[in-house]
Amino acid sequence: MKRGRTVGRSDRNPKRRVQLRALAHARSGDKGDTANVGLIALKPEYYPILVKQVTAARVARHFKGMITGRVERYELPNLHALNFLLHGALDGGGTISLKTDAQGKVFSTALLRLEVDPSR
Amino acid sequence: MTTSPKRLRIAAGQGFWGDWLEAPYRQVTGGPVDFLMMDYLAEVTMSILQKQKSRDPSLGYAKDFVPLMERILPILAERRIRVTCNAGGVNPHGCAQAVAAVARGQGQRGKLRIGVVTGDDLLGRLDGLLTGGHELKNLDTGRPLSDVRDRVLAANAYLGAGPVVQALRGGADIVITGRVTDTGLTLGPLMHAFGWRSDAWDLLAAGTVAGHIIECGAQSSGGNCLVDWERIPDLANVGYPIVDAEPDGTFSITKHPDTGGRISVAGVTEQLVYEMGNPAEYITPDCVADFTSIHLAQAGKDRVRVSGVRGRPATDQLKVSIAYFYGYKAVGTLMYAWPDAYKKAQAADGVLRQRLADLGLEFEALLTEFVGADATHGPLGRAAAPLDDLPEIQLRVGVRSTDRAAVERFTREIAPLILNGPPSVTGFAGGRPKPEEIVAYWPALLDKHMVEPCVEFVDV
Repeated sequence: MKRGRTVGRSDRNPKRRVQLRALAHARSGDKGDTANVGLIALKPEYYPILVKQVTAARVARHFKGMITGRVERYELPNLHALNFLLHGALDGGGTISLKTDAQGKVFSTALLRLEVDPSR
Repeated sequence: MTTSPKRLRIAAGQGFWGDWLEAPYRQVTGGPVDFLMMDYLAEVTMSILQKQKSRDPSLGYAKDFVPLMERILPILAERRIRVTCNAGGVNPHGCAQAVAAVARGQGQRGKLRIGVVTGDDLLGRLDGLLTGGHELKNLDTGRPLSDVRDRVLAANAYLGAGPVVQALRGGADIVITGRVTDTGLTLGPLMHAFGWRSDAWDLLAAGTVAGHIIECGAQSSGGNCLVDWERIPDLANVGYPIVDAEPDGTFSITKHPDTGGRISVAGVTEQLVYEMGNPAEYITPDCVADFTSIHLAQAGKDRVRVSGVRGRPATDQLKVSIAYFYGYKAVGTLMYAWPDAYKKAQAADGVLRQRLADLGLEFEALLTEFVGADATHGPLGRAAAPLDDLPEIQLRVGVRSTDRAAVERFTREIAPLILNGPPSVTGFAGGRPKPEEIVAYWPALLDKHMVEPCVEFVDV
């Protein structure tokens, strides 16, 4: 939990993996049973790290057990952002879902737990 | 018509029905604006309104809108601020009549024109559409609507900015619509004021992006913003966003002076990606906006400039939102205290599940969450939390079924656990949970030419 809190720490020790929260912020929402997570680089220079390391496959592994469908990824280089669609994430979605987070509002910060290596 | 203005300021007043009541008042009093735009309709809202209308034909709209108008009508008149909103729900005429009555009471007779946009409500036309070969297949599952036809509670096509423009052109001071898209309520005033043609795709896309940025109210002005959240100033007095637009399709997002919150590139970007699908194809009735073309720049304190937006021709279909009765659900909670709070809650969940099984109750879904450990981040949360030493944890169990009796029986199995289950449990003051009807949402597409928007006027 503690490691990777700040970029400064990782800059001093570039081999260290950091949580995405050190490099990006995010917001998520819903469309039916699909949650979307928009992942936005905190600085433009972090965007290539996100593009390279936060692949749809890695995100799918990260959310294993939390989603039943596939993960799609879209790139928005203009906003230094990636958009992920997590299908089957919301127990049916909207009004059907029994989940506290029926509208996928905090999948955003769950993605920020993913670890990346900024030196790669 | 007078000459086009050099700029237009559109203020967002409500991000959803139930948003901050003070926001619209502050938007029309805190500084100069030309339009107040308010989005009231979520997918589930239409079915609630349809139900209210079936009990009383004069209802079926966002009732809060009427006292709000009562409060701000004199200000709107004095400052010549116009309003676009979809508060009309499934009864825009009823809403307009209620607002007209309030205006008459304030002595505004002869001074106010309300535009009423309808034509979105397809509930009475469904069977005709189905027999006419419009299957209204579920966009997510591909199933035909006939699967749930007998349980449909509401059906509305999403109208675009067109009828809003028509209402403004007809002199409406207040435009009250049914299911018009959130973005159409912002794009409409821009098209009207700047004379944008309905095939000027880049301009329509720019207006659509402007609408998307402000449609969730303060979510683009510092609310629910993750970046630097602890230092976003004075959220208690958060200023809702304002689009400050120019005729060439560039615009800034800003807010009134001396308000809280923050307008930053980071915060606006968060709102842009909110509820996003394919960013290159943000489809509305008016155009297809390309979010990968948007350029953002900080243009001063609490001011973000948006430019470069590209658009493509609209599709020949409209999205239709259909609400249907799905079944029942109930959620029960109990709070377990230290020591071993998590273990106790887990044990209680085990006891509950065994009892439900012994009763032979079957559910389409039975979901357990341990609030304090995994309700927000699931197994990722559990892996990160010190589960052996939590001061407390809430057991939250939900069930879903088409069988109301099974859900009802479940609600009676929670309270007994206080005395006959694992110890150190509290938090049941609210009584036993109530079975709740589930109204589900069925997204579909319909050929555009099947829907004829209608614009009428009510003169006060």
